[in-house]
Amino acid sequence: MSLLDVKNLTLQFKTDEGLITAVDDVSFSLNKGEVLGLVGESGSGKSVTAKALMKLNASNVVYGDNSQITLNVEGQAVDVMALRRPRDLRVVRGGAISMIFQEPMASFAPAISIGKQMVEQLLIHTDLSKAQAKELSIEMLDRVGITEPATRFNQYAFEMSGGMRQRAMIAMALSTKPKLLIADEPTTALDVTIQAQVIDLMKDLVAEFQMGIIFITHDLGVVAQTADKVAVMYLGRIMEQGPVRDVIRTPAHAYTRGLLNALPKLDDLDAPLMPIPGDIPSPLERPSGCVFHPRNPELRPGSRYEVERPPLTEVRPGHFAALFPEDVAGES
Amino acid sequence: MSEPLIKTQDLRVEFPIGGGVFNRRVMTAVDGVSLEIPKGSFFGVVGESGSGKTTLGRALLNAVPIASGSAHYDDGELQLDLANMSPKELKAYRRRAQLIFQDPYAALSPRMTVRDIIAEPIEIMKLTKSRAETDDRVREIAAKCRLNLEHLRRFPHAFSGGQRQRISIARALACGPQFVVADEAVAALDVSIQADILNLLKSLQRDLGLTFMFISHDLSVVAHTCDHVAVMYRGKIVESAPTRELFANPRHAYTQKLLSAIPSLEIAD
Ligand SMILES: Nc1ncnc2c1ncn2[C@@H]1O[C@H](COP(=O)(O)OP(=O)(O)OP(=O)(O)O)[C@@H](O)[C@H]1O
Ligand SMILES: Nc1ncnc2c1ncn2[C@@H]1O[C@H](COP(=O)(O)OP(=O)(O)OP(=O)(O)O)[C@@H](O)[C@H]1O
Ligand SMILES: [Mg+2]
Ligand SMILES: [Mg+2]
Repeated sequence: MSLLDVKNLTLQFKTDEGLITAVDDVSFSLNKGEVLGLVGESGSGKSVTAKALMKLNASNVVYGDNSQITLNVEGQAVDVMALRRPRDLRVVRGGAISMIFQEPMASFAPAISIGKQMVEQLLIHTDLSKAQAKELSIEMLDRVGITEPATRFNQYAFEMSGGMRQRAMIAMALSTKPKLLIADEPTTALDVTIQAQVIDLMKDLVAEFQMGIIFITHDLGVVAQTADKVAVMYLGRIMEQGPVRDVIRTPAHAYTRGLLNALPKLDDLDAPLMPIPGDIPSPLERPSGCVFHPRNPELRPGSRYEVERPPLTEVRPGHFAALFPEDVAGES
Repeated sequence: MSEPLIKTQDLRVEFPIGGGVFNRRVMTAVDGVSLEIPKGSFFGVVGESGSGKTTLGRALLNAVPIASGSAHYDDGELQLDLANMSPKELKAYRRRAQLIFQDPYAALSPRMTVRDIIAEPIEIMKLTKSRAETDDRVREIAAKCRLNLEHLRRFPHAFSGGQRQRISIARALACGPQFVVADEAVAALDVSIQADILNLLKSLQRDLGLTFMFISHDLSVVAHTCDHVAVMYRGKIVESAPTRELFANPRHAYTQKLLSAIPSLEIAD
């Protein structure tokens, strides 16, 4: 049985200017001990998808009727969409699921020390005593590479550098040993050496506790090094999905190829930086057909993708792409 | 090489630690930094987390006090001693030196239209005489940052992250600065938008002669954009060289470690 099943997730926001579709019929699943990488350009719906798993989206959110999120923990299937009462929601908020948020500054209360916040969260979600919680918190700060963890434990978020704040947040999220960890751009403020250390720590915890991880990042290098499988999103749709090696070595969708192409190359410093051409449309102006078609350099004018939405078609075993079957057959 | 726009000598910045009023201890975040940022350059600062990059940038923008040492600014027209400025000089400097934030979400007020966000610094500094003149200026800058002019009446939430980052760049450029500190300005952006924004910043450097201090932990980005790179470690600059030289021949152990740890797309079988 998988740890998490997301089926037909559709998510919109009510705004003054109209209804914004942020996620459009997305399905994926995650097993225990598995790492799923979620990538895609800004605004593609990665964060709001992740927040839906904890029902943490802003109050102007509207979920589609067919949206289904099932979390299987300790032999029980939790229907996340049906959770309403705060005490039921606690299961997915910091209990079975922990989230590392994209903005570290926003996740710590400014007037309470980092350590106090870590301890409070452990007292709520575990059976540890206060002394044990403090000891574990300092140990976790140490494991994410924060020097003098006992001193840092007493500091406030504003007293830490950007990277330290991010690591403190990772330490806090991991300390409760959740069944599912959602890490939203957890390493953007970290240099490569510390990033490698944090990634190793996450891998250790996956092996130790069979934790499942959803790793949201724009860094395909990080995805290649951490994830077992990857889903590539654009404007609320999954464009490509499959085993990480397969997707990165032989991307089937033009969008995935565009993302790979945009990575700066270290072996040729004169090579120009190559963004995917065109702008991401405003969420109020969703393109018809395949949402990526206006920016897809590989399509001819009048192509089927301008009007019809392509299904997720299996390209290789377990590897799917938003392509019409006739565009898949030719590939090997 | 051209004249330095910014020149520091033995610059130090300290923060008090551990509450007590009587036994005040301090930690030295920037510890004797001497550097020269040539006018018109794209000057990269890399280094370990907590090494003092942000603090150095904030000290040069007069956002944290300088404990000792000196820092000077000279754009040919205006010469300033950054450690000792009169209120009038500080006002002049605020116009010339700007910060681009890492986080475009937090930096933009959700209740202001894009036009008002870009116009705010112009209005606060009273750089124009009429609303029409402000509007002209906003449109000119927005076009330079390749923002759609029809979108100026919208609120930030209707924009994607990359467009929002362009809005915050337009805002930083609105008052016509000479010196821009970009602190992890592209870290939160996906690779495609990152490439787009970097191309934009480089064109501003070329066309307007702006000087950038580009703080980043991403070496491949730095390699592609900066003319010169300084490596910080524990509050000090441990290595400083033209980009090519630094990447071809890293001397300091920390630089070597950084270069060897870049995650690659290669996946072991
Ligand atoms: N409360 C809200 N009201 C209106 N629109 C919203 C709200 N929250 C998110 N959105 C919109 O939903 C879309 C998806 O946002 P999301 O934050 O998931 O993007 P993302 O893929 O995480 O991007 P990034 O890489 O920039 O973090 C965006 O267009 C965003 O503007
Ligand atoms: N307001 C403050 N009060 C106390 N200490 C501070 C404050 N601001 C920064 N520091 C400390 O100064 C040191 C340098 O921090 P700084 O933010 O400059 O690092 P950085 O090089 O930008 O790191 P990162 O890459 O993680 O952003 C850190 O030890 C940090 O804890
Ligand atoms: Mg996000
Ligand atoms: Mg910093």
